Amino acid sequence: MSLAAYLKSKLVPADLDEQVNRIRKPIGSLGYDPWGYNNEAIKYGFSAARQIYEKYFRVSASGVEKIPAKGPVLIIANHSGQLPIDGLLIGYALASRPENPRIPRAMIERFFPTVPWLGNLLNEVGAVLGDPVNCAKMLANNEAVIVFPEGVRGSGKLYRDRYQLQRFGNGFMHLAMKYHATIVPVGVVGCEETIPAIANIKPLARALGVPYVPVALPVILPAKVHLNFGDPMIFDNREIPEEQVTERVEAVKAEISRLIDKGLSERKGLF
Amino acid sequence: MTKPQRPRILITGAAGALAQQVIRRLRATCDLVAVDFREQIYLGDDIPSYCIDFNKRVFEDLFRRYQFDGVIHLGRILSSQLTRMRRYNANVLGTQKLLDLSHKYGIRRVIVLSTYHVYGAVAYNPALIDESAPLKSAGLSADLVDSVELENLANIYLWRYPELNITILRPCNIVGPGVRNTMSTLLGSERAPALAGFSPMMQFIHIDDMADAIVAAWAKPVKGVFNVAPQDWVAYQHALKLCGCRKIPIPSIPPGVPKAIARLLNLRSFPPYLMAFFKYPVVIDGRAFAKEFGFTPKRPLKEIFRYYRDNKRPV
Repeated sequence: MSLAAYLKSKLVPADLDEQVNRIRKPIGSLGYDPWGYNNEAIKYGFSAARQIYEKYFRVSASGVEKIPAKGPVLIIANHSGQLPIDGLLIGYALASRPENPRIPRAMIERFFPTVPWLGNLLNEVGAVLGDPVNCAKMLANNEAVIVFPEGVRGSGKLYRDRYQLQRFGNGFMHLAMKYHATIVPVGVVGCEETIPAIANIKPLARALGVPYVPVALPVILPAKVHLNFGDPMIFDNREIPEEQVTERVEAVKAEISRLIDKGLSERKGLF
Repeated sequence: MTKPQRPRILITGAAGALAQQVIRRLRATCDLVAVDFREQIYLGDDIPSYCIDFNKRVFEDLFRRYQFDGVIHLGRILSSQLTRMRRYNANVLGTQKLLDLSHKYGIRRVIVLSTYHVYGAVAYNPALIDESAPLKSAGLSADLVDSVELENLANIYLWRYPELNITILRPCNIVGPGVRNTMSTLLGSERAPALAGFSPMMQFIHIDDMADAIVAAWAKPVKGVFNVAPQDWVAYQHALKLCGCRKIPIPSIPPGVPKAIARLLNLRSFPPYLMAFFKYPVVIDGRAFAKEFGFTPKRPLKEIFRYYRDNKRPV
């Protein structure tokens, strides 16, 4: 126990410890929530994410204050770069903002829970299996949830398709409408360049039971990442045909596309 | 024969620790009759106690003699006991017999104890599973089929004979002093196996709280299916640590390996058919029960784990 306490004192600064404790979370007596989030693990995650965010990807985030301080929120972003680095960076941006920080939850691919260690680790820092029931229950719990409606279509795409938004699922819009969640669109620029893939080895992916196996350099390149948070979008809960739901999804997609273009035009170089 | 003022209740599974807790709570206000198919136990002069197989004809004599008002059915053979066939006979056919007799003798309240195992541990389970979720367990292991069948049966009777007022309770892991199920044995042992790299979220309810829940359900005849679990969660390996168990890591990939190891070890506390429950979480939502019956568990997780830590070597 003393070793753990020593490591904690080295890795988790006191102010960070206090900041995480200050953020209100619906957790049980041992620091866990039903999805496996752990209040102690997040401190290590937070401290590691700070290095990744500030030193490695040198993220510049604008508009993170637009995310409401409380109530259910769906943070909708474009997905890219093979690994869910974009989710990590958006999460850190929100958790580290000076005013009203929140620890958001990220919906992750269905194959993660089957991977030993990694699955639990992701759960402990707030990632949750991307199941509509999970998302619904978390919005009912007034959480902020990061969703990538493109799913693996977005993260697994090749370098030549960079910044081309793939098809968005409609699920997030139905949930936002039902639970009166505010949608905050985010345009992520830079993650496409972290792991540029030139091909996807589909047979190997099938054999391993993973969504894709990219042909890429075995390193994560330190591309500079720009996060542009858009204005909150609120949709009413009227009974509307699926066609109109798709229109609403397209409106969010168009906003994200605009935010990506903004990020692309603002950036001065890849690194 | 005039009917007594006090309600008369048949309690099954009387030899179990849970039933004895329920009996302790109800004996002051109700006339109780205890049965168990395993052994006859002495519960004091005021409580008749029998050792009867539900499938035998003499079981009906109890109903004739005592004119019960209610049945609290806690007598399930655990998945770790007996063979699949005998378990099916006792749990499924025995319960059917019990429900048939309850209907025949005009019983007005039946409480059936089920388990959260019926949901099945699948990688894609969402957390906070509610009562309307599908029961996937039967597809996962033939050893859990009788649990699901028992539920199906109780559900059929629930809708066919509404006057029985059947309430089915699906508790999370029941643990605490005297409990002899798989989880309690594990937490009480010196060393406990854990699948390397998997530490699913779990829920535990203290046996005293569970007994309180059953008494609360008895007090309010609302029929239906209810999860029973506290609003508190812990990762399995963390629970082991708090219970003072030394962790024995078992290789977890490929998926066939842990099952083969479990079969090889043949531990009662780590059976192959429950392997998935040590890998993937089955977190149930107990809020509906808490709201309907005004139930709040009183014993926190820390207290439960302290009991196991302090009682590693019984004197």
